[in-house]
Amino acid sequence: MLEIKDLHASIEDKKILKGINLEVNAGEVHAIMGPNGSGKSTLASVIAGKEEFEIKKGSIALEGEDLEDLAPEERAHKGIFLSFQYPVEIPGVSVTNFMKTAINESRKARGLEDMPANQMLKLIREKSEMLEIDRKFLSRSLNEGFSGGEKKRNEIFQLAMLEPKLAILDETDSGLDIDALRIVADGVNKLRGKENAIIVITHYQRLLEYIVPDYVHVLHDGKIVKSGNKDLALELEEKGYDWIKQEATV
Amino acid sequence: MDLKDKLLSSFIAFENNIDLDHPVHEVRSEAIKNFEAKGFPTKKEEAWKYTSLNAIQKVDFSIFPRQENTLEYKDIKQYFLHEIDTYKIVFIDGVYSSYLSETTHDGVDVCLMSAALTKPQYKAVIDVYFNKVASKNESLTTLNTAFSKEGAYIYIPKSKAPKKPIQIVHLATGNEAALMLQPRNLVIVEENAEVQIIERHQSLTGNEVFTNSVTEIFAAKDAIVDYYKVQNDENTASLIDNTYISQKDNSVVRVHTFSFGGKLTRNNLNFYQNGERMDSVLKGVTILGEKQHVDHHTLVHHAQPNCESHQDYKGIFGENSTGVFNGKIIVDKIAQKTNAFQQNNNILISDRATINTKPQLEIFADDVKCSHGCTIGQLDEDALFYLQSRGIPKKEATALLMYAFANNVLESVRIPELKTRINKLIANKLGVRVGFEL
Repeated sequence: MLEIKDLHASIEDKKILKGINLEVNAGEVHAIMGPNGSGKSTLASVIAGKEEFEIKKGSIALEGEDLEDLAPEERAHKGIFLSFQYPVEIPGVSVTNFMKTAINESRKARGLEDMPANQMLKLIREKSEMLEIDRKFLSRSLNEGFSGGEKKRNEIFQLAMLEPKLAILDETDSGLDIDALRIVADGVNKLRGKENAIIVITHYQRLLEYIVPDYVHVLHDGKIVKSGNKDLALELEEKGYDWIKQEATV
Repeated sequence: MDLKDKLLSSFIAFENNIDLDHPVHEVRSEAIKNFEAKGFPTKKEEAWKYTSLNAIQKVDFSIFPRQENTLEYKDIKQYFLHEIDTYKIVFIDGVYSSYLSETTHDGVDVCLMSAALTKPQYKAVIDVYFNKVASKNESLTTLNTAFSKEGAYIYIPKSKAPKKPIQIVHLATGNEAALMLQPRNLVIVEENAEVQIIERHQSLTGNEVFTNSVTEIFAAKDAIVDYYKVQNDENTASLIDNTYISQKDNSVVRVHTFSFGGKLTRNNLNFYQNGERMDSVLKGVTILGEKQHVDHHTLVHHAQPNCESHQDYKGIFGENSTGVFNGKIIVDKIAQKTNAFQQNNNILISDRATINTKPQLEIFADDVKCSHGCTIGQLDEDALFYLQSRGIPKKEATALLMYAFANNVLESVRIPELKTRINKLIANKLGVRVGFEL
């Protein structure tokens, strides 16, 4: 589904990604772990199409189509979803209206009519109940004054509403207490299917107990330095990242 | 003949039609002398540095409409907040239209300035309030005072509130090639009384209209006044709005100014706080395009301790539009514990648009909280990316963010139907598809 080849990316001439190779197939869950500053969030942003980053070399393709020239919204229309590490606060736009706009814009891009209001409401009700989101929360301004946990839960609510092909969860576990983590993980797991893939970016292995990955990759200094199965995450939890760094320098 | 001379000679004609023995006429005579001495303000004056009245003075305006004009309600309904029942004081080319209006004397007075200025039963009130807070030096205000004859007169006695909001609507038919209007409004809200007023000036054709309006508002102890100015006029209509507000203990006066159109608009909004523990709220949304020009000049004078003022003006400027925000706050030496807040945020969406913003604080007390901030910028790139990443195209995302930026000021609008109306105006102006209620 997603094919990243020798990806080099920079921001303001600072090299951050230095040759990433990654293949994610439909039905798979990949975890990307790594120490702070290794390039995890950059990788997520580059896949989603953030324009600040410049791709110097290599390619990203979704279902065989090169993404380089596509705007972030076009990538979203093709089924890429990024759950933000730091969701942006947007005063004046309610969660519900934001979701309606997002869904109808995506439908428009696919040549579909707006979703009928009653269907939209039903969908919102269903997904918000799944994530145990209070109805009042939906009429509040997007992320404004939300706690860290509420912001993350709201990201997964959007994920559930948009049902993307490829979901990238950037540090979704940070800011969540154990109950919220379970609710969020359940929401993500419901999305798992033969047609979809998930990339989980995390610093700790805690989230991976709930969203069990098929593959674990370790990112260090802009490169994937080690890949393995879910046991690699446990090993990292036990030993920390230092041995990876040493191994990488050797 | 230039406009000043024309006005001066028109004053003589004006005097033939009014009662020269009425004490107000002395006020008018003084005022015309001041205008004669000062003339129209020029860009050399600091307060008029960014707004030029030169072009206006070259137009051959009719000072009085030649004939009485009529309009059908169905043709102008859109300019009214028709969703709810309101009192209406409507003027067509400056002349009161009784069939479009709905006035009252039932417990409160919602009627005409011409009546208040001539009928004996209003004399006591006029003596106390007329021209008492309006400037006696500022040339355009004195020009209006000189010609003061017609406008809205609103008197809310102690502990009363009208049953419904009041709309003051000025319509210009375009039957004159160019028309100058000088409405004069007086609003008196006595102790513990309350009122909501919506004011709009609307030209119906592309003919030139120049309105020089003066409104005096007196809010007594514990009074609550909400005043909404809707400025969405044609590109050939210019407005100078001079509003003077005098507030007493514990009163709250909120003025919202929505500026979406017109050729040249100048809002001189002056608050004088003459008591303690009161709140003055000044909010504005300005969204301009083409060659439109809006200049907000605000003054809040804190003269007593323990008072607050809140100013929040948002502006979005596109194409060749220009904006000015000049916010002056004076805190007298005795006005301790003043809390004065001022904010002016602007977004420029065109390389050719201009905004001049200037906070002006004169603080003579030492135990006060005064904060001010002005920003001029583009939209937040992170917010834009966030919306785009959810499938909202850049153009729509940009519009949505601007909409959210402006819309934020509407929270304090207390008439829900008006809020919805303004929301729609903002959405239309920005080209946002608002298929939802907010």
